[in-house]
Amino acid sequence: MNDLNPQLLKNGEAVGLESVQILDFDEFSLGLLAEVRKQGRVAACFAVPVTGEGGELELFALVARDRNACVAVYRTRIGERFSSLTPNCPQMHLFEREIAEQYGVVPQGHPWLKPLRFHRSWRTGVDAWGRPTDQHPRIGEMEFYRVDGEGVHEVAVGPVHAGIIEPGHFRFQCHGEKVMHLEISLGYQHRDIERMLQGGPHPATMSQMETIAGDTSIGHGLAYCQVIEALSGCEVPARAQSIRALALELERLANHLGDIGALAGDVGFLPTFSYCGRLRGDYLNLTAALCGSRFGRGLVRPGGVLFDLDPALAGEMLARLKAVQGNTLGAMELFFDSPSVSGRFEGRGRLSRSVAEDLGLVGVAAKACAVPRDSRFFHPTGVYRHLFDDLITEETGDAMARARMRSREISVSIELIRRILNDLPDDPVRAPIGPLKGEALAIGMVEGWRGEVFHAGLTDGAGRLRRYKIVDPSFHNWMGLAMAMRDEQISDFPLCNKSFNLSYCGFDL
Amino acid sequence: MLELFLHLFLLLALSPLLPGVIGKTKALFAGRTGPPFLQAYYDLWKLFGKGLVISRTTTWVFRAGPVLALAVPVLAALMVPFGAISAPLSFTGDLIFFVYLFGLGRFFTAAAALDTGSSFEGMGAAREVTFACLAEPTVFFSFIVLARLSGSLSLATMFGPALNAAWQSAGPSLILVVACLFVVVLVENCRIPFDDPNTHLELTMIHEVMVLDHSGPDFGMILYGAAMKLFVLGALVVRLVFPGATGNLLLDTLLFAGGMLLLAVVIGVVESTMARLRLLRVPQLLVGTMLLSFFSLILLLR
Repeated sequence: MNDLNPQLLKNGEAVGLESVQILDFDEFSLGLLAEVRKQGRVAACFAVPVTGEGGELELFALVARDRNACVAVYRTRIGERFSSLTPNCPQMHLFEREIAEQYGVVPQGHPWLKPLRFHRSWRTGVDAWGRPTDQHPRIGEMEFYRVDGEGVHEVAVGPVHAGIIEPGHFRFQCHGEKVMHLEISLGYQHRDIERMLQGGPHPATMSQMETIAGDTSIGHGLAYCQVIEALSGCEVPARAQSIRALALELERLANHLGDIGALAGDVGFLPTFSYCGRLRGDYLNLTAALCGSRFGRGLVRPGGVLFDLDPALAGEMLARLKAVQGNTLGAMELFFDSPSVSGRFEGRGRLSRSVAEDLGLVGVAAKACAVPRDSRFFHPTGVYRHLFDDLITEETGDAMARARMRSREISVSIELIRRILNDLPDDPVRAPIGPLKGEALAIGMVEGWRGEVFHAGLTDGAGRLRRYKIVDPSFHNWMGLAMAMRDEQISDFPLCNKSFNLSYCGFDL
Repeated sequence: MLELFLHLFLLLALSPLLPGVIGKTKALFAGRTGPPFLQAYYDLWKLFGKGLVISRTTTWVFRAGPVLALAVPVLAALMVPFGAISAPLSFTGDLIFFVYLFGLGRFFTAAAALDTGSSFEGMGAAREVTFACLAEPTVFFSFIVLARLSGSLSLATMFGPALNAAWQSAGPSLILVVACLFVVVLVENCRIPFDDPNTHLELTMIHEVMVLDHSGPDFGMILYGAAMKLFVLGALVVRLVFPGATGNLLLDTLLFAGGMLLLAVVIGVVESTMARLRLLRVPQLLVGTMLLSFFSLILLLR
């Protein structure tokens, strides 16, 4: 199998489909498994109907080779059934469930084949579970894993929660206060965004991208723009790249700070809780100063950005950043220096490095387990090519490590913003976008605040989007939370959950 | 007769002020304005004007929980001197009655929680009774110290005028007793670091989760009962710390009320500066407190 040479693709690049070899399924699976054994990471895997032919599906697997700054593309064809790769490659677990749900095909030998988002199959009349295809399935209706025995009880939480958070269902199997197993069932916010893009891009597409996960507006918007720019061969001006990076880092700051505040709130540690709530607003307001929206809506557009940054505003932003920086570091210090806080976080929700690698975790959750994963570092675009060199990891993999990761990333981001603002190139902020290249595949990877946001676009002969795949970092990481809860106290679940702080709608799409 | 009315008046009218003071203190630490001092009164007024929603799966036990939660602190208060205002009701051995009155209230709160059949409330009930078991010995050891000092088995005398002399003769023991009873106040009233009354996270709650299904006037009774429980248990600590009597009823009342507000401020400070303990650590801390109270008894008997 050594002569297998998959097509390689860099972040923000497009490749013509004719140069991507169609492997037969055995070659595909052997190649993929070999790739994963060699530190490869399945960034996305999706199916797409073969145009013009019956029910046949084409399967694409995009495996990130982080050390080589590229993504290997594997392509094969499957019928109604194909043999599951999950038993040998746990990273494929959710992707295969997703494909089964979307196209009604069955990955044979999948150890955990259950619906993912509870929607009807995209191909009429087929369903992988034999459910009636004329009605929408009931969300959350599936066989949950159950443990029976003396002193074992089941606790069901959600989908309606006590706080103002998104809906999701958590099913715990507990022995007394100890959690033996947690199963997470989502899909309550499924909007079918991927299918809305078929035949696109449409006028509304950009706004839809910004609302895949509202807290990652910039991250998803940027990933989409990279795909479109790659497909149309557009060169984004350097100034626009700087402003985009600025917005991305501000988004990271606001969310990381909000997370640390929420963590403090969960353990009843009021000082940091209150300060972070206010400071988060300060960072959101900086984004608002840039583009008028606190979440950066309407800033990033294919070809560049819609809002320029005049020197007076840049100076003002620097001054405001300096003012809030001191308070930010103070609130962190209070949090990390309190023994009662450390006692609460240390050792909770621990994930080992090997589990994190097996599950293919990304972002903060992976970095907290000493797994280096950062698209800004491994797959840089724009200003990150020369400005970003601070890849942070933590060793312990517990809730404390995830909190510490955030606080250290906050310091890095503040410094990064300062360097960006002090060195703004003199360019226009937007370049024209041409028509999209036909029969091509393009990828966009952005290190959002949760982790890697991955988008892949596939065009048809006319240059319209034939299939668009979105992978939110939460898609990889929810499984990490379930594993982190094993043998934990059920009373520590909210804290562990908050330390991951994953997106429900980013998963549900 | 005047003292009885004054006693009841203080209890019924002043107790909802304590949560307000705690809330204000916490808000001050957080740099917020916080809810008004009288928020608990507004809440009670609102709740008593509301309707009730009762689950079909519950029985009379569910309704009995809130009633007991309200009645118990009132009864228990009758045996506790409020500062220099002596207790209206007193008999030999009433300290045991006092402790088990709260036990009775807890039994019904837990039973009402179990009656709903909710997994959350079951967990809360299990936690509550576990921690109560561990807090009880602390209360008894502290009471034994006071009983030995005053030579009486009634709360009215134990927390009576003899305390002044006791501080002279057995100061170290009493300091430990104050510390122990303060911890008991925190744990019995589900304050941080043991429980977080403000949290919305069902899975981490202890007391709050047991009353999730109560609504309207029932929930009002629970809140009012909780405020009075804090008042009654707090009154013990305040009396220990300010044992003096001026002889003037008005001054004594003011001194006592001031002491109670100070206690609320202290609780607020504790809550503002500490994170909640991990649930597994709570029993360890309670056992530690029990040892402390035992040690105070040894100090006295040596």
